[in-house]
This record gives sequence, structure tokens and C-alpha cells, in this order.
Amino acid sequence: MTIRLSGVGIVSDMIHLQIYRYDPEKGGEPTMQSFEVPLTKPGMKLLDALNHIKWNLDGTLTYRRSCGEGVCGSDGMNINGVNGLACITPIAGLKQPIKIRPLPSMGVIRDLVVDMEHFFDQYRSIRPWLQSETPVPEHERLQTPEDRAEIDGSYECVLCGCCTTSCPSWWWNGDRFLGPAALLQADRWIRDSRDEMAGERLDQLEDAFKLYRCHQIMNCMECCPKDLNPTKAIDHIKRTLLARKS
Amino acid sequence: MAYLSTDKVEHHFHDVVIIGAGGAGLRCALQLADANCRVAVVSKVLPTRSHTVAAQGGMNAALGNVSSDHWHWHMYDTVKGSDYLGDQDAIEYMCRAAPRMVRELEHQGVPFSRLDNGTIYQRPFGGQSREFGEGGQASRTCAAADRTGHAILHTMYQQNLRAGTHFYDEFFALDLMMDDNGCQGVMAWDIAEGRYHLFQAKAVILATGGAGRIFQMTTNAHICTGDGGALVLDAGLPVEDMEFFQFHPTGIAGVGPLITEAVRGEGGYLLNGEGERFMERYAPTAKDLASRDVVSRAIAVEIREGRGCGPNKDHILLKLDHLGAELIMKRLPNIHELALRFADVDCTKEPIPVLPTAHYTMGGVPTNRFGEVVYADGDEKERVMESLYAIGEAACASVHGANRLGGNSLLEIIVFGRACGDQVLKHLGEKQYHPKLDPDCWKSGVARVERWLSGAPEQDDSVRISGIRDEMERIMQEHCSVYRNEAVMAEGVEHLERTAASLSSASIKDRGRVFNTELVEALELENLMGLARAAASGALARTESRGAHARDDYPERDDEQWMKHTLASIGENGVKLDYKPVRTVPMSVDSFPPKKRVY
Ligand SMILES: Cc1cc2nc3c(=O)[nH]c(=O)nc-3n(C[C@H](O)[C@H](O)[C@H](O)COP(=O)(O)OP(=O)(O)OC[C@H]3O[C@@H](n4cnc5c(N)ncnc54)[C@H](O)[C@@H]3O)c2cc1C
Ligand code: SF4
Ligand code: SF4
Ligand code: FES
Repeated sequence: MTIRLSGVGIVSDMIHLQIYRYDPEKGGEPTMQSFEVPLTKPGMKLLDALNHIKWNLDGTLTYRRSCGEGVCGSDGMNINGVNGLACITPIAGLKQPIKIRPLPSMGVIRDLVVDMEHFFDQYRSIRPWLQSETPVPEHERLQTPEDRAEIDGSYECVLCGCCTTSCPSWWWNGDRFLGPAALLQADRWIRDSRDEMAGERLDQLEDAFKLYRCHQIMNCMECCPKDLNPTKAIDHIKRTLLARKS
Repeated sequence: MAYLSTDKVEHHFHDVVIIGAGGAGLRCALQLADANCRVAVVSKVLPTRSHTVAAQGGMNAALGNVSSDHWHWHMYDTVKGSDYLGDQDAIEYMCRAAPRMVRELEHQGVPFSRLDNGTIYQRPFGGQSREFGEGGQASRTCAAADRTGHAILHTMYQQNLRAGTHFYDEFFALDLMMDDNGCQGVMAWDIAEGRYHLFQAKAVILATGGAGRIFQMTTNAHICTGDGGALVLDAGLPVEDMEFFQFHPTGIAGVGPLITEAVRGEGGYLLNGEGERFMERYAPTAKDLASRDVVSRAIAVEIREGRGCGPNKDHILLKLDHLGAELIMKRLPNIHELALRFADVDCTKEPIPVLPTAHYTMGGVPTNRFGEVVYADGDEKERVMESLYAIGEAACASVHGANRLGGNSLLEIIVFGRACGDQVLKHLGEKQYHPKLDPDCWKSGVARVERWLSGAPEQDDSVRISGIRDEMERIMQEHCSVYRNEAVMAEGVEHLERTAASLSSASIKDRGRVFNTELVEALELENLMGLARAAASGALARTESRGAHARDDYPERDDEQWMKHTLASIGENGVKLDYKPVRTVPMSVDSFPPKKRVY
């Protein structure tokens, strides 16, 4: 069977991949291993190709996945130099051989699996939960559709880490700069009309490193697989801080 | 390190250990952590990767924000939807609690969509009515756009961060430690480190989610492998009603991802190959919003009788472009994204090709309405197993009976997550100390992993787990699908038993300990296999049609013989079936006696 791949102009029934391999128990330097996988259906995704390798060619290939439809955020990886979720990245349109590496600048546990601990620590550090001191009403709190719309574009984040690990400022200062994902969530709570701690949240962010290491390089928004815009959120936080001063 | 710790096994003490960090596990953990218990949540994936995140359409509660509503009507719809196999005490409890639970979620931060007056947005869903079926369609499903599961799961995770719950992420539960006094804890495998952990606890809660991966085409994540049910089967206890598996009418044809019922709730409808709105023939009143079992069967009949769509007439179309791009982008943005990505269709312009797709596990670990695991002991059909609990999709309370209503599952996980937390608090009041453990209790858990890591290495001609899994999925798909009959199922059961036997000679290639995902897949396959066997055997034995279990050869419901729950356990001689009565008596209102279901 031959399927024409749109966009790249190759006519081929095999997909060529080069995948980063590293096994801590074997040690040594990481290597790039080549695989060939048949193209089985027109809309085939990169995760389908990885699964094909794991289930038919090499059971030791290691990566995370869960939902298979872009909502759980498990399978962030670096695909031909750009971060994305394998399960929603179509094979068609990718230049071959497809080069797959773990998310950049992260500690690699094995193959494509990275240590997400620091990323989640930074998320936790912004106190990502609703804070309010007013006693709750008997019914739901009221919120206008317009106020609710303020958090569209931020609450949908799947915490995949694609944005943060593509940010050069975070590569250099990731120990202290919170990075786009955590800042997008900080902004989500600052914007939520039900949250009463916007002031404290802003105080916590007003810091040369936590916030101000973002230099608007925009890698983050370009790679977000959910089409969210952390750059805009960071800008909103900065503007809110400025407005507060004047 | 505690007293049973060795260089291989680390021993932890907690008041409570919860296996599963989906909506059910996290809601339960929150209840306990806020009461200052030492709660451990053990999950095989990071909490926000749990499959609750994929739920789309919403959660039912009779808030009456859009049109008047009452929990009693919700209860009626749920009992009817269950085809009278639901336990009415549990259903009453759930429907009564629903409005309070939704408001509590809002208080905790769930970003529900809003109506113009600022209250929570509610949409119509299938099988919903007012005034006990007499007052037309209800609008009972509370939604955060079409990402309600994401909104709820993330909020629950956030609240647990606030409450200081202990998380053990990427730990795989291997074995329950049972003795004469019930459940004492669980053995788990730290996937990243490749080490064993023994969690000793005064209560163990199974919140492991569904088992959709027993089928080939499913809306369920790779991780939905029914592990909780399998742990219970391994402990010699039964699972309940596994033959009732919900096929959602609208999975994307040939791929699986779900297109939520909310599409039809917002005004979308199904078309056959002749361009006919065929649901009007099958359900004159509710039409496209009839119960899921009814719609899935209608689609199967249309296709079987040659009225499918496409060159092969093998699917149906879901039309929604008439709703307009603005409404679609506001209320159904995620559907727009999924259809584009997985069906290559812009649903603001074209219909989406869909097919009935395995979606929800109505069966599971038998419990009462407090989340306590029950089992049959001679004539006593609902004996409580001490210190063992189950909640969420892993459990069978049973609020869904033979067919779940859309929007009732997010409700179930929150209601019973919380209720179980409260029940465990009472239990902890009576159980001050951790009982002494059998010093060998860790061994069978360790053996489960070592069998894969230290057996004969994989040869070129070895039986691969992926091959066995494909076979199992195919058997379930072909022999236990929307329509079933004796000959097809009997063949399926026989084939499945043979396939299950082949697992003992299978091997894996990966012998590493650090992040060995092939090992995890092997363990998951063992779990799936037990549940598939229970489902297939239960289905073959049940000679009637009820809810999602539809048979060509027994097309009618048989309340005389079959208004009872199946209990399947697995012993030396294969699957063993037993039955227990439906709890038809609610808590405070009159029972709804079985009636013919018409939509
Ligand atoms: C696509 C889709 C859409 C849906 N939409 C809706 C909807 O709109 N409304 C509705 O009411 N319902 C919906 N449902 C159903 C509903 O989402 C689920 O029934 C519900 O979320 C299940 O929650 P849970 O907490 O029981 O399990 P899950 O969220 O599946 O969580 C299971 C947890 O158990 C853990 N686990 C499992 N096995 C092990 C193990 N061996 N060791 C350690 N941890 C383990 C997992 O890591 C995970 O954390 C939908 C389902 C699907 C698939
Ligand atoms: S815009 Fe800011 S956060 Fe985003 S990549 Fe650039 S520096 Fe990083
Ligand atoms: S903002 Fe986008 S890229 Fe960043 S973590 Fe969230 S979903 Fe991933
Ligand atoms: S597997 Fe869930 S986002 Fe890709």
C-alpha cells in the first residue's frame, strides 16, 4: 500500500525515524537509533509510530502516553527540533527522517522520559488553587459570562511542559525563573474574578527572576500544542504590576 | 525505614492509601486530607494524566438553572436509564447529593461555563426528562465548555496540593495484602526507580478507573486497564456486572476519540446514508437524545441494513454545522479541535463520521453506597470486606445498572469519592492502630514483577504481549459488541480462554528496572485479561437483553429471571458466576418498579 503524504511530497510506505535512546542501567552516552515503520493510515500520528515500534520492533523503547488525544499532556517531546505532543502530531508534514528527542534541558530518566519534578514544583509554587476569604454562598458563586471568558486561553493548559522547556530564559535560569507554564497559571488565578488574592499573587511574582527573565522570545506560544499564549499572559502580569505602581 | 523494609522493599505507614488519582481518588483524598488524615495517593501516572481529564460534556445535577428540575426526576431518569438494574438506594443518594456537590466544586474553583445571570451553565443530555418522563427534555448537565473533566480533575489536584495530600506518582499497584481481617495494604512498584514499596494502611481505596482497553476501538486512554477490578479478582473476590459495557454512539469512526453527547444536546443530530434523521424512527420523543444504548443499537441496525454512510457504508454522520461557528467555538471548542485532528473534518462546515465505540465500564468492584467493597458469603450476598473500598468507574455501586446516562459518571466520582471519605473517617475512629502484618505479605506482589523480569529472555519466536493483547481486543470487539448472540459469544469465550492461557508463556524484551514501560504493559495485560474473561462469560450466561447487553437471540428483558447482578470470580477452573438481587428499595422515596423503556 502506498499513501501519498501531503505537504512533503514523498511517496513512501515507510516512515523513517531517528529516536534518542538512553538507558541509565546500561550507562554510556545517549545515541540516536533509526527505525522504519509502515504508514498504516492517512491520519497517522507520531504516537502511532512510536507504539508500532514498541509493540512490534523494540519493546524497550520508552516514552509516556495516556489519552492519545492531546488532553492529558503526557507525551511532550522534541520533534524535528520543535516541542509537541506526539499523539496529535500528524506524520504527514514532518520532514524525514523524523528526529525525536526528549524535551530539551530536562533531566532524562530514560529515552524520551524526562524528570518533570521541577516543572511541577514551579507550578505548585504559584499556589494554583482558588483563594478566597469571603464565606461561600449557599448556591454557586455568581460569575458573568464575560468574567468567565477572562480565563479562556489559560485554564485549558495540560501541563505538558512543551512551552517551558522551549524557553531559552528557562534553560539558563530555570532554577529561579518560573517559566511560561507556571506563569500562565499564575495569570489564570489573577484573572479569575472569584479569586481574592490577586494582590498577594502579584507580590509573590514581583521578583527579578521569577517573572522578569521573560524577554518575549515567544518560543513558548509558538509550540503550545493547545494554542495557548503564555507570552500574552506574562505580559498581562507585567502590565498589571505596572498599573499597580502608578 | 519501617520494620518490614529491606534493601528491596520500602515499608510505608499511612492512615489511608488510595489507588488512583482520577476524579474519584482525588475527591476522596481531599475529604480525608482536610480531616487531617495521613493520606497516600498512589497513581501509575501523574495525577493530571488520569483519564478523568478527557471527560467532555459535563456533570448532572438538578440545579434547575435553565428550566425547573428536581433530584427525584433525575433519579427516575437514572433508574430508567439503568434498565432497572441500578441499585435504587445508591441512585437516590447520588441524585439527592448532586446539586450540593456541583456547588461545592464551584466553590473549590472549577471554571464552569456561565449563564447570563451568572449561574452555572447547564445543557440537555441524553435520557434526561422532567416530571418523570412526562415534562419533556431536561437541561441537567453542568458544563465547563466541553472540557468538564479537565476542569474538575485539575481543580481536584489543586485542592489536594492545598490540603497536603501525599502523592506517590508513577507507582503501579501490584497486589492487595489481604488477611482474615480484610485488607491491610497494597504492594506497589515505583516505575521510575524500579523498586518495591509496601503501603500499610487502615483503609485501602480502589479508584483505578475503567477497563475500556479490553476492546479494540475505545474512547478510553491507554491506561484504562481495569487494574482495581483485577486486584480484587486476584484476591479471590468477585467483580460485578462486567457484561454491561457502554458503547458510546459517537466515537470518531475508525479512530476512537469521543465526540461528546453535548453535540446532540446543543442541537446536533445523526444522519444515515440516505440523509435521513433516522433516530426519529427509533425514539419518536427523545430522538437523538435517547439513552446511549438505544442510539448505539439504532446505528448498528442502520449500518447492518445497508444505510450506512461513505463508500463502504460503514459509519453514520453527526451533523452540527447548522449550529453555527460561533456557538460551536464557544460551547464545543474541543470537539472542533478533535474532529479536525482525528477526522480531518471542520465541523463548522461538514458532518463528523461516527460509530458506536466502547466507552464506559458499568460493572466493577461491588460496593454498597458507602463505597465499602461487598462480596457474597453463602447466603449473605452483601458482606462488607473490612478496610477495602472502591469508588468511581472502578466500582459498581451500582448507580448505572445496565446503561449509564451521560453526565452521571463525573457525578458519581465526586459523590462517592466524598461519601467514601466520610465512611473511612468513621472507620478510622474505630481502628486506631495498624494491625500486625504477615511477614510474607509482600512476596506475591514481588513475584508478579519478577516473573516478567527474570524469566527466560524473549526469543524471536517468543509470544509477545502485544500479540496477545491484539487478540484479546479483537475477540471482545467481534464477539461481545453492540449486538450479541449465543453462537458468536460461545466461540468468543472459548477463544478468549485459550488466549488467556497463552499469557503464562509470554515474555518481554525489556529486562531493565528503571522506567520499564513494557513491564507495565505486561502487568496491565494480565489485569485486562481477567476482566475480559469476566465480561465475556457473564455476557454469554445472561439470556436476556437489558441496557447495553443486547442479544439477537433473546431480544426482550426478562425481569423474572434476570433482574439480578452478576458476580464473576476467577478460580482454578476458570470464571465462576454467581448472582445477587438488585437493591430496589430507595432510601426514602418509593421504588420505581420496572416498566418498558420508551424514549
Ligand atoms: C472520552 C471520555 C469522555 C467522558 N465524558 C464524560 C462526561 O462528559 N460526563 C461524565 O459524567 N462522564 C464522562 N466520562 C466518564 C468519566 O470521565 C469517567 O468515568 C471518570 O472520569 C472516571 O474517573 P475515575 O476517577 O474513576 O478514574 P480515572 O480518572 O480513570 O482515574 C484512574 C486512576 O487510577 C490510577 N490507576 C489505575 N490503575 C492503577 C494501578 N495499577 N496502580 C496505580 N494507579 C492506578 C490511574 O493512574 C488514574 O490516576 C467520559 C469518559 C471518556 C473516556
Ligand atoms: S516569551 Fe518569555 S516565557 Fe516565552 S519563551 Fe520567550 S522568554 Fe520564555
Ligand atoms: S501552556 Fe501549552 S505548552 Fe505550556 S504546559 Fe500548557 S499546554 Fe503545554
Ligand atoms: S497521550 Fe495524552 S496528550 Fe498525548
